[in-house]
Amino acid sequence: MIPIDLAILTLVTISGIGALAIKDLLGAAIVFSAYSFLMCLAWAIMGAVDVAFTEAAVGAGVSTIFCVAAVFHTTRRTKD
Amino acid sequence: MTDLLPLMAAKYNYWIYTILMMTGLYAMIAKNNLVKKIIGMNIFQTAIILFYVSIAYKTGGTLPIIMEGGHGGGHGAINAADYINPLPHTLMLTAIVVSVATMGVALALAIKVYRQYGTLEEDDINHQIRTQAGQ
Amino acid sequence: MRLLALIAVILTGGLIIFQTGAFPDFGDANAPANTYLSTYYLEHGQADTHAPNIVTSVLADYRGYDTMFETTVVFAAGLACFFLLRRKKVPGGEPRIYRHMPTGITLRIADGGKLPAEDSEVFRRLDTEFVPQQLIIKNTCRIVIPFIQIFALYVIAHGHYSPGGGFQGGVLLAASIILYAISHDLRRAIRRFSEKTAALMGSLGVLIYAGTGALCLLMGANFLNYKALAPLLGVDAVMARSHGILIVEIGVAFAVMAMIIWIYYNLSSAGKHDEGL
Repeated sequence: MIPIDLAILTLVTISGIGALAIKDLLGAAIVFSAYSFLMCLAWAIMGAVDVAFTEAAVGAGVSTIFCVAAVFHTTRRTKD
Repeated sequence: MTDLLPLMAAKYNYWIYTILMMTGLYAMIAKNNLVKKIIGMNIFQTAIILFYVSIAYKTGGTLPIIMEGGHGGGHGAINAADYINPLPHTLMLTAIVVSVATMGVALALAIKVYRQYGTLEEDDINHQIRTQAGQ
Repeated sequence: MRLLALIAVILTGGLIIFQTGAFPDFGDANAPANTYLSTYYLEHGQADTHAPNIVTSVLADYRGYDTMFETTVVFAAGLACFFLLRRKKVPGGEPRIYRHMPTGITLRIADGGKLPAEDSEVFRRLDTEFVPQQLIIKNTCRIVIPFIQIFALYVIAHGHYSPGGGFQGGVLLAASIILYAISHDLRRAIRRFSEKTAALMGSLGVLIYAGTGALCLLMGANFLNYKALAPLLGVDAVMARSHGILIVEIGVAFAVMAMIIWIYYNLSSAGKHDEGL
């Protein structure tokens, strides 16, 4: 039986590397939102409810919007 | 190798925080695109927050919201080992909000750079600066 | 560059991993971080401040000085975005697109043409990118936004007893305005919550925080020692600290809400405050 926090932390690592590996900035912003949400779940499991609440509102919500807004005014294309 | 496995099992939070932090650091150094660098910076920040939150955890402890022990009469009734450490949570809560504000400033700078040079790739920007200086 | 970065990263990571043996185990209640100061907060927090959520009492009372400057950092970041991106509005210059609402016909008015009134309900201005008729999105958001705002006020006011507080509530309030700006358009959101309001509200939030501290100073106690406010509020010292936390959280919520909305306005329109996402 794998402990649930280890499973979520593995997913966090995968989505973090995925957000950096993907060759499209809009996609990277969305995968980064998923990363933030999984991180929020990991913190809720570790008992930091206040931190998890803030991350759910800020990391998964507002920072994704900021990223999308910046990509909207620059470019989606990237070489790496 | 035999004593490494129990060490990893007892301290896996440090391994994962190190992996995430190094992912972010690598992106900040080696990635060519400015938005990718900013995402790497945020991954670095969340890795540090993960470190703080994980050292606050106590096995068998509950959330740091006191359930009983009333106004003025709670001395001795509260056992600190039953509750998760609230101090790192407080420090990290403010750090998250500050991180989104700094991310906004970083993205504003990226937009400004794009307006000036028409690209977000670091080597293209360097190339343009060099050719402008050569003229 | 990549090879150099890889070597640096592996070296640093290896050093940190090498030293993990010296760290306490995961979930160890006797770890140094969990034994000295936090024990006092947990054992005396509720008796001192009448706030069962110890995170809130540490945030706004014991370490209030720290939080004040974190709020100031958010305020400074909002100002930095404004100074970096904001551009003066040039009259005319670009063609504008309007939709005639009763018929659904879209009109393109070139530079110099006669423009309808700004708040006309018959002709509605559209962004120059393609905008579909989004009746369902607009009405859903119109219904959802008040509930988000009421939840945000609950989060601010109930921060003593449950997870939440000024930072989370402020972000939720900002998210409701951002949702309005995305579902309708940026100009309507700016008409509801203008740039000037954002600047004034952000300054007001920081002023409420610092002013509470200065008021304590005037009452003869240390900076941000809310006990001194007891005669003003008409309650005993413990409840005065509890009320002081609430006042400070409201200031934080004002500053965070206004600054996140302002950063969004500047980022989403690249400083023109004309067309958003």
